[in-house]
Formats: sequence, C-alpha cells, structure tokens
Amino acid sequence: MSSLPLAFSHPAAAALRKATTEPAWVRLLLTCIALLFLALFLVLPLFIVFSEAFARGAELYWASISEPAALHAIKLTLIAAAIAVPCNVIFGLAASWAIAKFQFKGRQLLITLIDLPIAVSPVIVGLSLMLIFGARGYLGDWLMDHDVRIMFAVPGIVLATIFITFPFVARELIPLMQEQGREQEEAALTLGANGWQTFFRVTLPSVKWALLYGVILANARAMGEFGAVSVVSGKIREQTNTMPLHIEILYNEYQFAAAFAVSSLLALLALVTLLLKSLLEYKAAKNLAVTGPN
Amino acid sequence: MTKSSWLKPTVLPGFGLSLGFATFYLSLIVLLPLAALLGHSLTLSWAEFWKVVASDRAIASYQLTFGASFIAAAVNLVFGLIVAWVLVRYNFFGKKVIDALVDLPFALPTAVAGIALTAIYAPNGWIGQHLSALGIKAAYSPLGVTLALIFIGLPFVVRTVQPVLEDLEKEIEEAAASLGANRLQTFCRILFPALLPSLLTGFALAFARAVGEYGSVVFISGNMPMKTEITPLLIMTRLEQFDYAGAAALGSVMLFISFILLLLINLLQHWSNNRHGAKA
Repeated sequence: MSSLPLAFSHPAAAALRKATTEPAWVRLLLTCIALLFLALFLVLPLFIVFSEAFARGAELYWASISEPAALHAIKLTLIAAAIAVPCNVIFGLAASWAIAKFQFKGRQLLITLIDLPIAVSPVIVGLSLMLIFGARGYLGDWLMDHDVRIMFAVPGIVLATIFITFPFVARELIPLMQEQGREQEEAALTLGANGWQTFFRVTLPSVKWALLYGVILANARAMGEFGAVSVVSGKIREQTNTMPLHIEILYNEYQFAAAFAVSSLLALLALVTLLLKSLLEYKAAKNLAVTGPN
Repeated sequence: MTKSSWLKPTVLPGFGLSLGFATFYLSLIVLLPLAALLGHSLTLSWAEFWKVVASDRAIASYQLTFGASFIAAAVNLVFGLIVAWVLVRYNFFGKKVIDALVDLPFALPTAVAGIALTAIYAPNGWIGQHLSALGIKAAYSPLGVTLALIFIGLPFVVRTVQPVLEDLEKEIEEAAASLGANRLQTFCRILFPALLPSLLTGFALAFARAVGEYGSVVFISGNMPMKTEITPLLIMTRLEQFDYAGAAALGSVMLFISFILLLLINLLQHWSNNRHGAKA
C-alpha cells in the first residue's frame, strides 16, 4: 500500500514517466484535437439526423415512418437483408473451412478475391448486374422470353446486396479459424465423430462470436446499401424502393423532415450495430483472457 | 497432377465440398458480373473506348474523384494518427464510447451520411452559413465532396494504426529516452517508422474506399458536369441514357484502378505484418 505512492514519487520513476510520455499541455492539445475532429465529423452528423427528423414535430415524424411507401421500403430492406446475410453466412463458413483448415495452392488468391467486393465501387456492382440481367444484357433476351424479371425487381436488389456484403462474414472467420488450427477437429475425428458432427459441435461453437460479429456488420451494410441497389432497383415506389432509396426520393422532393425521419431509423440501426459490436469485442477479449492465448 | 501435389494431406474431411461451394459461389456472385462488365467494354473498338474514357467530362471526373479522395485520405492520415494515439495512450472520460463511435461511418448508411452532411454544410446549414459568410462554398463544391469522403474514410487509419500502437513495447521508448533522446526525437525516429506501414495501409484503404464512393457524395456534390461530377456518377448518367457500352468502358477503367489499389493494399499489409511480426 505504501510502496505505490513511493514508487510514483521516486525521482527515477518520475523521470521515466516524463521520458516516455508527453508534457501535459501536449496531451491536452492532442486530446482536444482528436475530440474536436470526431465531434465535427461523427457526432454532429448523427445529431443533425435526429434533430432534423423531429424538426417539424413528433406527429410528422410518426406519419413519415408509417405511411405505406415507407412501410413498404422498410419491408423490402428487411427482406433483402434476410436473404443476403444467410447466403453469405453459408459462403463464409464454407470458405473459411477450406482456407483455414487446409493448405492448398491458390489459397492466397482465393483470399484476395474474397476481398474484391470491398474494393469495387457500388455503382460498378450495379452496372455489372445490369449488363448480365438487364434488357440489353447477356441474359436479357432469354429472361424476357421466359418472363423473369431480375432488374428493376426484388431479385436484382437481393443480388446486389449479396455482392456488396459478400466478404463480411468470411473476413471475420478466416483469421480466427486459422489461429485455432486443426487439433480440436482432429481430436474429435479420432474420437469417432463424423465430419458434420465435428463441424457443428467443435468448429461452429468456437467461432460463434466471430460469426455473429460478421453477421452484424453484413446486416448493417445490407440494410444501408445505396449505390449498387440504386442502379438495379429502378426506384419504383412501393415496389422496388428500399429505405435508402426512399430517403433519396423524399430528399429530392424537398420533404426534408420525412427524409430525416426515415434516416433516423437507419441511424438507430447503426448505433445498435456499434453497441453490439462493442459488446462482442468485449466478450471476445474476455474469452481470450479466460482461456488464455495458446 | 495428383491431388496431394497441391493439397497438403490431412485427416479433416470436407475439403472438396467447402472449396467447391466457395469457388462456385464466388464465381457466380462476384466474378461473373465483373467479367460481364469487362466483356461489354470489349464490344467497343479501341478508338471508341478511348473516346469515352478520355473525354473531357470523364477526365474532369477522374480529377475530382482522385483529387478529393487523395486529400480526404491525407486528412484522415493526420487526424487518424492523432485519434489512434489519443485512444491508445491517454485516458479521459467517455473514451470507450468514443472508441466505439469511430466505426460509425462503417455502420451508418451512406445516403444518411450524405443528407446529414449536406444539411450541415449547405449555405443555410449549421456550419455552411458561417462558411458562406466567409465566402467559402462548402456543399455543392469540390470541398463538399472532400468533406463527405473524409467522413467515409475516417475509421480506416485509426483502425489500422491502433493495434500496432497498442503492441509497441514501452521498453523501446524507455531505451531511447535513456540514451538521451527527447520525446519528439523518440517519436520521429522510433515510433513513427514503426507505425509507417500501418499508416500507409490505412491511407490506401481510405483512398480506395473514397474512389468508389457514391451514396454520400451525390447529395453534397450538386452533380454539375465538369465541376462536381464524380466518376461513379458519370457511369450512372451513362447508364440512364442507355449507353451501356460507355458505362462499361468507364466502369472497367475504375475496376482496373480498384484492382491495382487492392494489390497495393495487400503488399502494404504484408509489409506491415512482417514488421509487426518481427517485433513481437
């Protein structure tokens, strides 16, 4: 108890602290710069969304988010995410099993290709789908003959969303599964479990938090995607309008309060996403502390 | 070629199924559409292709897209380092909340960010009115585009530098100090070189993201051809005029640049990991 203040007041300790940290005024200055920058670029936009949403009163807010067009947009956004995210979960699990548990040639190339959708502009994603499924695309005539609508319809929106959120789950799983190695799975197999049992009872439980983390990130991106969906949707009100597209239409019609009201729902989703993300990071750190790094 | 020559043998099952499904899904969802894009731009002759991708309007859009992205990434490089430094090294009230908030641009839909930033920087907006009193036009100008791209790229530098900074051993700094270096020298000669690979990786990631950004920029830019029109928007315009080949040509130029950036980022990350790994 008494050694602690002594250590701090010891001249050598004080000199060491002084040598490896900055003077108080530098610390204060840097902290203020960082906080001011974040306040300007993060807190202010977030605040504006909510303050503008309620600028014309709670009644208009409620009317804006409960009108049929808004409700339809919310429904379509939920549907697109509900299809895209599970598809990418299955892909993520398959890809990370192959990449993390096996050593094969072309593995690095596969990892790079999985990252590709992150580097591609959303508009190019929409454009590429258009060039396949659009009226003048490669499959356009065939789709027309068989009366299948993909562009300017829900399937196009879902495809664009899948492309955009493609890497999120796989990127979280691959490094973790690589780190975990294969001893546990090998042990399970030796003890008589079959492949699927090993996967569901050994591998899946050990990556569940990373999986959830990926799902949350993918979901946030899926519900908020604008560029790619805006190319393929055609923006037909109450038919192919997702929430971000609905916001654009309202905004361009100068219905600012309504646009911000719908935006506030997506901003709320973003805040919930960040909260869950922090909780999962906390949980993962605690898990690591309990089991210890091996 | 036997199977074992490219696959190291192991007792684990499911390699064929998982790799087969993963590559099939990757090809179907990602590679096929991108191949269609390149294929479509090949329907143009070289002269036609060149006319589209080197038109005055296209070149003006490249200048804006790459110029604004570069400035935005540079701003994020400086402030991202400061934010990461403050979050790792100092303690203050609300640090955890602020740390979590740094990821907001990843989670907030770009359209929402776009209209919020426009409301702030428009001539009658919160900050825009003060700027326009000084004669500075923020929204509907290249400055507005840059502001949106700063928002979009904000987390990248912070999130690449933060873990490296956390893992740096305090002993190195103590050694530098005991050898007579002052704090600034220690930072410039010891810390900064150690952080450089991660800083550059963060810069490249922010730049790559900004180059392709569409949602937040269309609201704040005003979209005037030759002045505030970014390349993704020009592609959109071509598409709306049913000029598929023109859109594909511009799209393949951007796709090519994205490939180069992705490759560069991979190299930087490799360098960063090597450095980082060698120290640990």
